[in-house]
Amino acid sequence: MLKRVHFPPSVLPYLLVAPQIIITLVFFIWPASQALWQSMLVEDAFGLSTEFVWFENFQALFRDDQYIGAFKRTAFFSLAVAFVSMSFSLVLAGFADRVVRGAIVYRTLLIWPYAIAPVLAGALWVFMFNPTLGILAYGLEMLGYEWNHQLRGGQAMALVIMAASWKQVAYNFLFYLAAMQAIPRSVIEAAAIDGAGPIRRFWTIIFPLISPTTFFLLVINAVYAFFDTFGIIHAVTQGGPANATTILVYKVYNDGFVGLDLGGSAAQSVILMILVIAMTVLQFRYIERKVEY
Amino acid sequence: MAKIRLDNLRKSYGGTEVLHGVSGEIEDGELVVIVGPSGCGKSTLLRMIAGLETVTAGEIHIGERMVNGLEPARRDIAMVFQNYALYPHMTVRQNMAYGLKIRGLPKEEINRRVEEAADILELREYLERKPRQLSGGQRQRVAMGRAIVRDPQVFLFDEPLSNLDAKLRVQMRLEIRKLQKRLGVTSIYVTHDQVEAMTLGDRLMVLNGGYVEQFGTPIEVYERPQTVFVAGFIGSPAMNFLPAELSDGHVVLGNGARVPGGAGEGEVTLGLRPEHLVADEDGPVRVRVALMEQLGANTLIHGVLEGTDQEMVVSLHGIRDIAEGEVMGFSAPQDALHLFDRRSGRRIN
Ligand SMILES: Nc1ncnc2c1ncn2[C@@H]1O[C@H](COP(=O)(O)OP(=O)(O)O)[C@@H](O)[C@H]1O
Ligand SMILES: [Mg+2]
Repeated sequence: MLKRVHFPPSVLPYLLVAPQIIITLVFFIWPASQALWQSMLVEDAFGLSTEFVWFENFQALFRDDQYIGAFKRTAFFSLAVAFVSMSFSLVLAGFADRVVRGAIVYRTLLIWPYAIAPVLAGALWVFMFNPTLGILAYGLEMLGYEWNHQLRGGQAMALVIMAASWKQVAYNFLFYLAAMQAIPRSVIEAAAIDGAGPIRRFWTIIFPLISPTTFFLLVINAVYAFFDTFGIIHAVTQGGPANATTILVYKVYNDGFVGLDLGGSAAQSVILMILVIAMTVLQFRYIERKVEY
Repeated sequence: MAKIRLDNLRKSYGGTEVLHGVSGEIEDGELVVIVGPSGCGKSTLLRMIAGLETVTAGEIHIGERMVNGLEPARRDIAMVFQNYALYPHMTVRQNMAYGLKIRGLPKEEINRRVEEAADILELREYLERKPRQLSGGQRQRVAMGRAIVRDPQVFLFDEPLSNLDAKLRVQMRLEIRKLQKRLGVTSIYVTHDQVEAMTLGDRLMVLNGGYVEQFGTPIEVYERPQTVFVAGFIGSPAMNFLPAELSDGHVVLGNGARVPGGAGEGEVTLGLRPEHLVADEDGPVRVRVALMEQLGANTLIHGVLEGTDQEMVVSLHGIRDIAEGEVMGFSAPQDALHLFDRRSGRRIN
């Protein structure tokens, strides 16, 4: 028999959870429902009247080549960021895993970028690559490569990918390092005795064994690139030149606050909301699943 | 096949030395057991031979080669780890084939060798399974299989049986022994279990605190332990130690009793194996019985040397019926006396 413990009814538990609920309501549920409502409205050019149009804003979006373009660009951007930052972290973690002396110093230094605000990180990269003043732009010019991300879309994209990846390297590094250090030393040693050199050990033993971490980070990084890179884009390119770096989050802001198309912008943010929910579900489903080699 | 020669091997971690000059030769095809209490440096020594730890000083020779500077892969050795260290994402077949694949053997040859090893180890039906689908004993066999398919010059074992239950341990011990004799590969086997050491080894290297206490056959180590440590470590139940003095051809115990044997003068530690004392009404070693343990095949008598508080254990054949508190006499044959210098702990007879 289970024994139930009865508490006298009390308001205390409600009081204790109230702050959390109020915060969620005020800062999440209310704006989200506003966005949902807004996304079904159309305002006339002077903001004098609004009309309820059901899903017309959404239909308009999916007929809009610019929006479809931004979608594709975002997919590319987010895969590129995930790939660049994850491979970079993987290499760093691979080396850090082998370091015995001074490991803590390396780790601490590598974590720093994560603590930098996105806008500052962006500003840093802008300075380095400024076509007229930037040290790296200057260096590239010396090598005969003309750098001007303010004019060239491809270069602008490369720059925001670099900046966004750089900030994420620390995070990925930590996870990769932890995963590598969880592999029993003796398994690596057994491979060494079996004749595998460091590179072969990495690809045939370490990399397969940390694949659960790779999948996890892939989702995290994609979500990051989708939703968390507004600050960097805003600081580095403002979505330009000619929308070359306008990804979905940036377009929401641009269309809503610059273009003042509130209905369209709200519809875009609803779509983003659905995307983030889908990715989160995917992630939880994945984490809950048993790790399988 | 190869000889192994260890020449004054030392190992330090930071400022602390954990191996203080280990020397010894291991003959071709021999199985040498390195035995000693936990933390005495057994694994460190083995890992130095494998090339997994650097050598602080001294030399390791495998066959004709000095291997100090060689990578593990180039030493032509195979090692079985305590936790088996199987590759968890590979099947049993892939685990065993990994080393052969790296050496670039043709596919047919790899399959032939893997299947041959699987037959020897009765792993045929498990070849396509992953390690986590196997029992502890089966994993242990896979680890062995991975070692034997490589056909190396030397096998190294680091407590390979300590994660198995008692029954399986006895069974695997015999199998390892048979396998090693059949393949004739020079082997070094590390364990802290003296029974395992006695049954497996052609010779035992008894290690204590980073020093080699004795290196000899199991019988030598049992019959003529060279130090108090070896005497107490090898044998079960453990040897009795009594402070004593030598005087004109007798060993004088703490209670004044005189046991014939020994030569010279001076303070000694007398070692007496529980199984070597002989019940004898008039024997000089008189024990006041405190407790009896009936094991069926023999009886353990726990007590103290009469007139002292020095504890003793005696093992007698068969079932005995002795009242607690009774005083029993025992005699000790001369060749059962182990005399050690009281100060240095070294054997003197
Ligand atoms: N990597 C290491 N760093 C510092 N000390 C170590 C290291 N490995 C082993 N030791 C020390 O060396 C001694 C011998 O260890 P080990 O060879 O593992 O003992 P055993 O295998 O006999 O139990 C122990 O005192 C242990 O603390
Ligand atoms: Mg050990």
